Amino acid sequence: MKILYFAWLRERIGTGRETLELPDSLTTAAELIDWLKAREARYAAAFEDPSVIRIAIDQVQAEPDASILGAREIAFFPPVTGG
Amino acid sequence: MSVCVQTEDFSIEAEIAALSAGRGDIGAVVSFTGLVRDNGGALRGMELEHYPGMTEKALQEIHDHAVHRWSLDGARIIHRVGPLAPGERIVLVLAASRHRQDAFEAASFMMDFLKTRAPFWKKETGADGQAHWVDARESDESAAALWLDDEEE
Repeated sequence: MKILYFAWLRERIGTGRETLELPDSLTTAAELIDWLKAREARYAAAFEDPSVIRIAIDQVQAEPDASILGAREIAFFPPVTGG
Repeated sequence: MSVCVQTEDFSIEAEIAALSAGRGDIGAVVSFTGLVRDNGGALRGMELEHYPGMTEKALQEIHDHAVHRWSLDGARIIHRVGPLAPGERIVLVLAASRHRQDAFEAASFMMDFLKTRAPFWKKETGADGQAHWVDARESDESAAALWLDDEEE
């Protein structure tokens, strides 16, 4: 699964994209976040406050309980600040 | 192309001319241009990051939503990315219509949605050289939500 990170999430994790083999037991974005947090301290630090994490599944914004089954690309980023 | 993400600057005049070229039915073009504020000299510059692929889709959705909701004869969204200095143009929104009310409202809607739905992030560098990510503003979210309240009525 391709996982993308943007803005300060990218900086805290230390990469903007990675391809990870996810366990079949992961079915939602929130479960993926928990799994990432358990991997390494840098993920735990980046995802510390869930209220400032936004999620996109295949480039469409999604809620934490959204299914990631069959997704090609999942992105995590802070609230947007363009314009 | 009705939406565009680019590093280079844009010409407001050229964009309005392109939108209205060969048209005799357009009575109003509203344009909004966003500029980099220097916050009273406290800002040296900023870097705009985005999510290639999703950004274009999000802008196109905002554009299409506006065209669908108001009686528009054309609309255009351009957003710049990369390094930007104080005074530089960041974003352009154009809405063309027979009458001004639709054009005003559609331009305002597109900006409110762009600020809360399109995946851009600003990193500012202060005059002291310190860089920080800009926090999202609750007031921007409220402004966007008001348009949706209107739709549900």
